[in-house]
Amino acid sequence: MNALLTLFDLLLTLTLLGLAVVTVTSRELRRAVILFIAFGLLLALVWARLRAPDLALAEAAIGAGLSGALMLAAARRASGRKTSTGEDSDAKDAP
Amino acid sequence: MIRPLEHIIIPLGLIAVGGLLGWSFFLAVTGEAGERLAAVALARVPDSGVSNPVTSVLLNFRAYDTLLELAVLLAALLGIWSLGAAAPGFQPAASVLDGMVNGFVPLLILSAGYMLWVGAYAPGGAFQAGALLGSAGVMLALAGHRNAGLPSEGRLRLLVALGVFVFAMTGLLLMVVGDGFLTYPPSLAKWLILLIETAATLSIGATLAAAYLGGRPAARPTTGETA
Repeated sequence: MNALLTLFDLLLTLTLLGLAVVTVTSRELRRAVILFIAFGLLLALVWARLRAPDLALAEAAIGAGLSGALMLAAARRASGRKTSTGEDSDAKDAP
Repeated sequence: MIRPLEHIIIPLGLIAVGGLLGWSFFLAVTGEAGERLAAVALARVPDSGVSNPVTSVLLNFRAYDTLLELAVLLAALLGIWSLGAAAPGFQPAASVLDGMVNGFVPLLILSAGYMLWVGAYAPGGAFQAGALLGSAGVMLALAGHRNAGLPSEGRLRLLVALGVFVFAMTGLLLMVVGDGFLTYPPSLAKWLILLIETAATLSIGATLAAAYLGGRPAARPTTGETA
């Protein structure tokens, strides 16, 4: 049981570190944001494993959920500005 | 070709910062157990008006920090609004998504109320509850509701400032009474915390939903509903 949990923690940590690297080095904004959301969800799991349920809740709701939504919206606007297409056609490809 | 700033100075600086962080973490883990604040704070939790230690620290012992966090959120929204009008928004959702949103938004509002109340004795609290309210707003925005269920601009301004206002006013009133800024009298602490958290939840929810719109809200709300 304990060995299993240790294995889980190890996997969690490695995945988290891998996700962090991939997020930072990702060239495409939208991809980076989606990876960041995955990173936030895993981080919430880490907080739960560290017995900090308050932080896990806040991380999942604010860190992953709402910041993710905000950054997706920002990425959408930034890419719209870069290709300088009309705002209207841009608004239709919803994330 | 080696550019000195990008290839030498910045990496070296980052390595130095990383080393400093690692060293301080090492010291914190291996350091001898001296006088820690946690024991003092835990001993005083029964006087704080709530039984959840996290809430008692956030809303009582360190209420000043939480007030400043709310102010930061407000300032962020002011920054977003100064960028100009909101994006045009999404087209109205098809019936399946619309039905799902109609089911989920009331559920989210209900669970926000639960989060707010349960924060007194279990994990939860104003920020989590506010995040749930905000996500209800985001969901409405994604389903094509032009103002994410938020009221018109005049009332929205009142709503987003409510948290900081109630928090600061409570502190100032307590100061006038003679207890000091945000030092609650133990008999009233529970109700003061609940009052502040309720105002903060509404503010946080409205702020996050308004931030998702990405600019000043449209002049006329197309629907009369509120979230």
